[in-house]
Amino acid sequence: MLANEVNRRHFLLGAAVVALDPALPAGTRDEAVLDALPGKQDLIKLSWRPPNYETPRDAFAEIATPNDRFFVRYHLAGLPSKEDLVGWSLTVGGDAAEREIRLSLDDLKALPAAEIMAVCQCSGNRRGLMSPHVPGVQWGVGAMGNAVWRGVRLRDVLAKAGVRAGAVEVALRGADGPVLDATPPFRKSIPLDRAMDETVLLAWEMNGENLPIWNGYPLRLVVPGWTGTYWMKHLTRIDVLAKPLDGFWMQKAYRVPRGMFPTDRAFASQDNDKTSPITDIPVNSLITAPLDGAAVPAGGFSVRGIAWDGGHGIGRLDISTDGGGTWTAATLGKESGRFAFRPWSFAVAGAMPGKLTVMARATGADGATQPAKPIANPAGYNHNAIASLTVLAT
Amino acid sequence: MRGLWAGSVALLACLGFAAAALAGEMPVELKPGAGLEAVRQNCGLCHSLDYVRMNAPFLSADGWKAEVGKMRAAYGAPLGDADAAVIQQYLADNYGATPQ
Repeated sequence: MLANEVNRRHFLLGAAVVALDPALPAGTRDEAVLDALPGKQDLIKLSWRPPNYETPRDAFAEIATPNDRFFVRYHLAGLPSKEDLVGWSLTVGGDAAEREIRLSLDDLKALPAAEIMAVCQCSGNRRGLMSPHVPGVQWGVGAMGNAVWRGVRLRDVLAKAGVRAGAVEVALRGADGPVLDATPPFRKSIPLDRAMDETVLLAWEMNGENLPIWNGYPLRLVVPGWTGTYWMKHLTRIDVLAKPLDGFWMQKAYRVPRGMFPTDRAFASQDNDKTSPITDIPVNSLITAPLDGAAVPAGGFSVRGIAWDGGHGIGRLDISTDGGGTWTAATLGKESGRFAFRPWSFAVAGAMPGKLTVMARATGADGATQPAKPIANPAGYNHNAIASLTVLAT
Repeated sequence: MRGLWAGSVALLACLGFAAAALAGEMPVELKPGAGLEAVRQNCGLCHSLDYVRMNAPFLSADGWKAEVGKMRAAYGAPLGDADAAVIQQYLADNYGATPQ
């Protein structure tokens, strides 16, 4: 029975519109199946436990990624259920806070509400497309999503606890944890200046609904422009710290070679001689139509997609149909804020019958643009190379 | 909803379960071979075994050794040297990159 079930799921993936990139490792392509977690639609399962599921490419035809198709990412398999979170409260304190306070969801909702549309993208999105491959979850293009997040500003909550002079970081804990006591619990921090930024929220709502359990119910941190590692789910405790946070998830994980990915919002308190914490989402784009390998009319067809970056906003999107020799500007669609997916479209007037390569390259308002090849780094982060696909003009 | 991972590792090991599966988790069949049981019992404690296939077959024997080392040093996997050696060998033999 179980073997049949597995085969059925494999069959479904093969038959569905979900085309797995041939650049993914062979083992990943064998293992990835469509599966629906409770409350979610079918996503591409990369690992069962802890659950790591990516969003299929067709979901990105919409600017707001639907909650039930939003990717799921956990490091450790001790997950809270909704029942575990009954009676939930958030504690805010720390050695650089003036007092420790406890807040219920109703307490938070009594504060001035704030809302922002922003991309949440895993640092390792597209790791599976790195060459050579780097170990870790072998994500394709779907370890990201864009949503309207609603909650309160973190700085308003910190003000209630009182931030002392000398505070350097704000540390975050969630209700999820490791299976073994010996495994370091997932603890992260952000620098105080980011914590005080008006765009950083404690959100209970996503696209007008409560957060799904898989995306951080009842409360998660939203750090627009920075990668998902800082967007702590199931928040239970926030500490204002006078010293940088120690621990595996800050000192060893989620780090990049120093200077490799320039940022104007450094996390200097966590830098060491060789590496820095990952911070900004690099400028990137995705072609959502046509799909790789699709047949298109030689008389003309449209190319559509999205572009995004770490918050400078998208300046332009260029398309090449000659392998990168010449580039022509696409039409940018409506901007939903500088942290959101920006839609774009491009009309290909006509093509010689046969195979045609289509490439998209986004450029941020700051002039940063996508590289031809991903920038190699030990953990396979920040893959933002120009993507290309091949269509058949007939 | 999937519950918190319940019960103690020691108890489950005594009962003969290799791991505490989450509801809805499908079994992952790895290639038969010497060391498979050690992989199931140790690696499977904290994560499903699709992690093995997902990271194959591009890791060399040294790459798998480094992964096992990371699980011990960084994630606190309670593995003795003998079990670690058996697991590394199984992964290299069954899911390792073919030397060029």
